[in-house]
Amino acid sequence: MYVRRLELVNFRSYERVEVDFEPGGSVLVGANGVGKTNLVEALGYVATLGSHRVATDAPLVRAGADSAVIRCAIVHDGRELLVELEIVPGRANRARIGRSPARRARDVLGALRLVLFAPEDLELVRGDPSERRKYLDDLLVARLPRYAGVRADYERVVKQRNALLRTAYLARKTGGTRGGDLSTLDVWDTHLAKHGAELLAGRLELVAALAPHVTKAYDAVAAGKGAAAMTYKASVPVETPDRTAIEAALATALAEARSSEVERGVTLVGPHRDDVKLMLGELPAKGYASHGECWSYALALRLAAYDLLRADGIEPVLVLDDVFAELDAGRRARLADLVGQASQLLVTCAVAEDVPEALRGNRYAVSEGGVLRVQ
Amino acid sequence: MYEGAIQDLIDELGRLPGVGPKSAQRIAFHILSADPADVTRLATALRKVKELVRFCAICHNVAESEQCRICRDPRRSDEVLCVVEEPKDVVAIERTGEFRGRYHVLGGAINPLEGVGPDNLRIRELMIRLGEGTVKELILATDPNTEGEATATYIALMVKPMGISVTRLASGLPVGGDLEYADEITLGRAFEGRRAV
Ligand SMILES: Nc1ncnc2c1ncn2[C@@H]1O[C@H](COP(=O)(O)OP(=O)(O)OP(=O)(O)O)[C@@H](O)[C@H]1O
Ligand SMILES: [Mg+2]
Ligand SMILES: [Zn+2]
Repeated sequence: MYVRRLELVNFRSYERVEVDFEPGGSVLVGANGVGKTNLVEALGYVATLGSHRVATDAPLVRAGADSAVIRCAIVHDGRELLVELEIVPGRANRARIGRSPARRARDVLGALRLVLFAPEDLELVRGDPSERRKYLDDLLVARLPRYAGVRADYERVVKQRNALLRTAYLARKTGGTRGGDLSTLDVWDTHLAKHGAELLAGRLELVAALAPHVTKAYDAVAAGKGAAAMTYKASVPVETPDRTAIEAALATALAEARSSEVERGVTLVGPHRDDVKLMLGELPAKGYASHGECWSYALALRLAAYDLLRADGIEPVLVLDDVFAELDAGRRARLADLVGQASQLLVTCAVAEDVPEALRGNRYAVSEGGVLRVQ
Repeated sequence: MYEGAIQDLIDELGRLPGVGPKSAQRIAFHILSADPADVTRLATALRKVKELVRFCAICHNVAESEQCRICRDPRRSDEVLCVVEEPKDVVAIERTGEFRGRYHVLGGAINPLEGVGPDNLRIRELMIRLGEGTVKELILATDPNTEGEATATYIALMVKPMGISVTRLASGLPVGGDLEYADEITLGRAFEGRRAV
């Protein structure tokens, strides 16, 4: 799979830009702040319907404009697919696939398979559990788009359940009687267990398939310095991705947590409280690993995602944003070996010399004036 | 800001659901330049809807008399009752032609985020209807989204002990959606393939 063309209108710093790409390696070179990451961020948005840098859409729209458009031609198996997204902050995105408008923007998922590694990914190793859950869920959806619905349903149930608990909590605190009605809590428990089991099972299956790739990728980047191991840490006791068993375990855990949940006014059980444990040798990476090790670990997580998607049969586009500047010479060379065969590889850097010779295929100069193919 | 009457109209239109300030302004100026006969017809329709339309005393659907057309129809079965969220869902199901029973309109779905609990819906009225003993099957046709599913589960839990068979529309409806947006064929199929809950 590769991206043949990208067009942006009022996206980030670009009023208007059109870039034609080719399969194989491409390097985007330009000074700090000229808009290299903005370009790959737009591609990431088409793949996941979200930015890897910000949680809301407002910063993606060029200052002074009302909406942004990303248009993207994707070639897969010799066939070209046109995807267009209009981002209007505070409203649902509008999407077109091919010539027809999509019923929901979500239908775009799956059209572009892309793995993006960016400096922000350091947070996958060092940041909050929410970063790691997002990593898993994004990959889950990239592999099996139907999980977009599972994830959205689960998040909605948690939100509704929290609203119910919160209202009752506030009613109790202010001594009022209105809104203190918890008669529907059992119903929300049932639905939380049902959708939570679906999501949790999906994550467990994913981690089982992904973990060996993580170990392998870390080993390849770090050349045998410490073994990386990934395991899923659920908030309820589960071992296998058996949906019925997980649903029962969630229901039991909810029943046990009921009084503390009511007391605190928030949902304490479910996959929204889970984490992914990342070990390096005998120690957890978080809190122990060096800066370079964390960086390599984060990179290994993305490369593992790439390997897994490729093993599923569709070769994704691989994007490495600003990665080489942070690596020592040995790790640069090994990374170049690992990714050199990608069907499409987009690399951004501020200094062209940081990118190993072997990867310098097509070259684009990014400047305030726009994007220019130079080689 | 405009003067007097036109600004009043813009303000009123702007309070309607789905009408933003720009649309309100566009509609207001359209009305201003429209044929007086058209505007009179619109004004009459607005007045009449409040004067004539009320809610059916039995099923709470919109009606022009004490009871709605469906509740008055002697050819329909009293043994099958279909629970929906809104009057528009009745219209959607009627379009499929698959259903010959009666309806019960809840007036919404359980939605804690919007402060809607069972007491704000016509669930008590539903239980009274079911208590009369004629209904043999209850079809839960709330929307196939989080709130609709929760409402269906809540009612099913309450009705189960009464010995009435409770069914839910078959999957195949667009998940996360609104019943009214499903086309007749999909909705008709979902009706035919309903399953016990
Ligand atoms: N919504 C927006 N409207 C206008 N300009 C924006 C917007 N969002 C970001 N920018 C500008 O885009 C620039 C950042 O672009 P980008 O992050 O792509 O830089 P970069 O080329 O990747 O730089 P670096 O080498 O430092 O990573 C900043 O100068 C920022 O002011
Ligand atoms: Mg950058
Ligand atoms: Zn009626």
